[in-house]
Amino acid sequence: MFNSLAPPEYLATIDTDKCIRCKRCIQNCGWSTYSWGGDRVLIETTKCVKCLRCYHYCPVEAIDILDNATRFKSNANWSYMNIRNIKRQAETGGMPITGMGSDLPYPVLFDHLLLDACQVTNPSIDPLREPMELRTYLGKKPSKLEVEKTPDGKLKLKTEMPPQLKLELPFTFSPMSFGSISLNAQKVLAMAAKECGIVMNTGEGGLHEDLLPYKDHIMVQVASGRFGVNPDYLNAGVACEIKIGQGAKPGIGGHLPGEKIPLQVAKTRMIPVGTDALSPAPQHDIYSIEDLRQLIYAIKEATNYKPVSIKIATVHNVAPIVSGIVRAGADIVYLDGFRGGTGAAPNIIRDHLGIPIEHALAAVDDRLRQEGIRNEASIIAAGGIRSSADAAKAIALGADAVAMGTAALVTMGCTVCGKCYTGNCSWGITTQRPELTVRLDPEIFAERLINLIRAWSHELQEILGALGVNAIESLRGSRERLRGVGLDEQTLDILGVKPAGR
Amino acid sequence: MNHNYEKDISGCGLIGIINKKKQRLGGEFVKKSLCLMNDRGNGLGAGFAAYGLYPELSDHYALHVMYDDPTSQRDFEEFLKENYDVEKIEEIPTKPVPSITISPLLMRYFVKPHKKMLVGGMTEDDFVVRTVMQVNSEIAGAYVFSSGKNMGVFKGVSNPREIADFFRIEEYEGYIWTGHTRFPTNTPGWWGGAHPFTLLDWSIVHNGEISSYGINKRYLEMYGYKLTLLTDTEVVAYTLDLLIRKHGLDISTACKVLAAPFWKDVERMDEGEKDAMTALRMTYGSALLNGPFSLLFGHRKGLVGINDRIKLRPLVVATKGDVVFMSSEESSIREICPKPDRAWAPRAGEPVIVELED
Repeated sequence: MFNSLAPPEYLATIDTDKCIRCKRCIQNCGWSTYSWGGDRVLIETTKCVKCLRCYHYCPVEAIDILDNATRFKSNANWSYMNIRNIKRQAETGGMPITGMGSDLPYPVLFDHLLLDACQVTNPSIDPLREPMELRTYLGKKPSKLEVEKTPDGKLKLKTEMPPQLKLELPFTFSPMSFGSISLNAQKVLAMAAKECGIVMNTGEGGLHEDLLPYKDHIMVQVASGRFGVNPDYLNAGVACEIKIGQGAKPGIGGHLPGEKIPLQVAKTRMIPVGTDALSPAPQHDIYSIEDLRQLIYAIKEATNYKPVSIKIATVHNVAPIVSGIVRAGADIVYLDGFRGGTGAAPNIIRDHLGIPIEHALAAVDDRLRQEGIRNEASIIAAGGIRSSADAAKAIALGADAVAMGTAALVTMGCTVCGKCYTGNCSWGITTQRPELTVRLDPEIFAERLINLIRAWSHELQEILGALGVNAIESLRGSRERLRGVGLDEQTLDILGVKPAGR
Repeated sequence: MNHNYEKDISGCGLIGIINKKKQRLGGEFVKKSLCLMNDRGNGLGAGFAAYGLYPELSDHYALHVMYDDPTSQRDFEEFLKENYDVEKIEEIPTKPVPSITISPLLMRYFVKPHKKMLVGGMTEDDFVVRTVMQVNSEIAGAYVFSSGKNMGVFKGVSNPREIADFFRIEEYEGYIWTGHTRFPTNTPGWWGGAHPFTLLDWSIVHNGEISSYGINKRYLEMYGYKLTLLTDTEVVAYTLDLLIRKHGLDISTACKVLAAPFWKDVERMDEGEKDAMTALRMTYGSALLNGPFSLLFGHRKGLVGINDRIKLRPLVVATKGDVVFMSSEESSIREICPKPDRAWAPRAGEPVIVELED
């Protein structure tokens, strides 16, 4: 057998003194790293991805997963990944594929922004004692409102409001399709969305019938492959999203390998079992902005005017692009920053195309305000939201809500190992192998995800209280409450944020 | 870009008096009442606004303007003559007081826009608003601090007593008065930064720090307002102008934007009102004034007092016959009206709206 000249990243090790030969590691590893050798566990360490499933299920703590110290000698210029990818490409002639968001050390501007707090001149507010409002409505808002008074002095609305997507919290889940993740993982998202009063997004994989009970908390997606799209699907959810691009792979299509397409996925996507599900790079009926407008209105007509979201990857000219999207009739614009996650993307694309969400968000919010159309659409910011602090900062930069993808998967056991594309996820998340997906009990893990959403909500409320405001609207776009640390003047200018000390 | 500014923060004391029957009151009352609250200011700003001030020229806009130097005065007057019919020009009468050694040049102009300037459906009010924005941001050293009809503002850097004496407040009469003493914490005090703040015949006195200033400012900028003063009060004034004059909301509805009811209270409203209130919040969420404030705003038809939605700053209201008093402290009301018919502290976010009787 040909041995790759790229040495393994990790060394799976078992302390044979501690090992009781229970074989749980063999059973748990989705990558077949372990096998039984008659009297002891054999290890094929090249297969290990450090997802830590075996480590957690070893009853005697006999397992250690070490970073391989004998990897190539790397330096600041030639990193391990540079060398490894060349070796691999020399061996295969292919594009190295990866999962999750970019792991290269590009600056994360969220980590260079600090939030304000009240002292003396304005009081902070205690969220445990006072109402602290996070409710968010996504959709087009009129620029002005007409109301009238009834004879008994009550207010009555005269303006007809455009359709809105009501979120009890300024969060949504990122689109993750059935196929890229398991049905159980989608159920976790759907159950948590329902419980928390927010929405999950089908991604481009159709809607499995098991999710219908949660349809009031589901946004359905239409992407370039049109998998699973029919009138019932479009009308099933509370809103419809057209996916133009994804932060992790702007400008390229999707690729769900045939290995991840068993019968259920095939039925939901309406394609044959085991075929690769290829989403073209562009939508072949959208070659320009006017085409997008036609599709937006086609979907609005098909859904009796539910809100339509347009998801794009943040690229260099994101501001004028979004201006066009808003003018084309979008109710919501979903901005996916380049650090956003993916189930599968070429390494080279994921790590080198697009711009971060912070810059994009600031530029888009500015542009829409300059053009006087910020009220015409809501903005969802995604692609690198790791904590409630990131969420608060994104909202202060101008987002109406933030989307979480990777964070939600982490509550299900994900360790961000980045091997989603293999379909071997030992945690039952990014796999369709029944013996693996069965590990993810939707009810148990929904509870964990709900815990996370509640924790972030409490944290967001504490942040608002410290800022002395009691409504999320008062933080939204309020860049006055942010200060930059260690950012150059031009970056501060793009973000519309003052440096700390000013 | 437009984010590099230092915002003005201040605490304050405020007073408002209105006679519903339009009986005019002398300035001595408002002065006496405000001076009781001297400790709410720090001598770095005080001011007064009065309505019913210029009955003989009540159909002209009374522009009160301060200048740093004669050049800015010349620039402004040139601009004025090109755009307005000028009925009367005079210096604002003052008298020397110990704390004010240097003051800006203070002039007032009674004017009407040239008819030919009103193109494309623009009203006289729109034109005056544009003038105020333009002058205050573009003519260096000139600052229009009052621009209504039959009303005027007098303000500067000192304590309430000396500002009142400097502007000879006791010599004026009005049927609505507001007064303000200021405690700025981060600026040395600038005459234009004192309260009341006005636009057309809206006048605002305000105690508080609008913690949502950042988004309120950016929201207003989308509608063409230029926020040059960087004070919370300016935000209040322009928000009211947008909601009431431009968008046609009535005062009580506009107050539901400034201090929006909590969702938990909206949920309990009946369907029609719930829909209206939800739509107001969705549409005008960026205009919600969040953070501590009590504010009074006078206009040609009355006086309104309102608190933030959890009442983080004081506001007391009292009535005596046809007169209604609003103040930061009850003591300042009793100083000029020892036995009011009724005195109460309005609930958080609930406006007290007093209208003049015709």
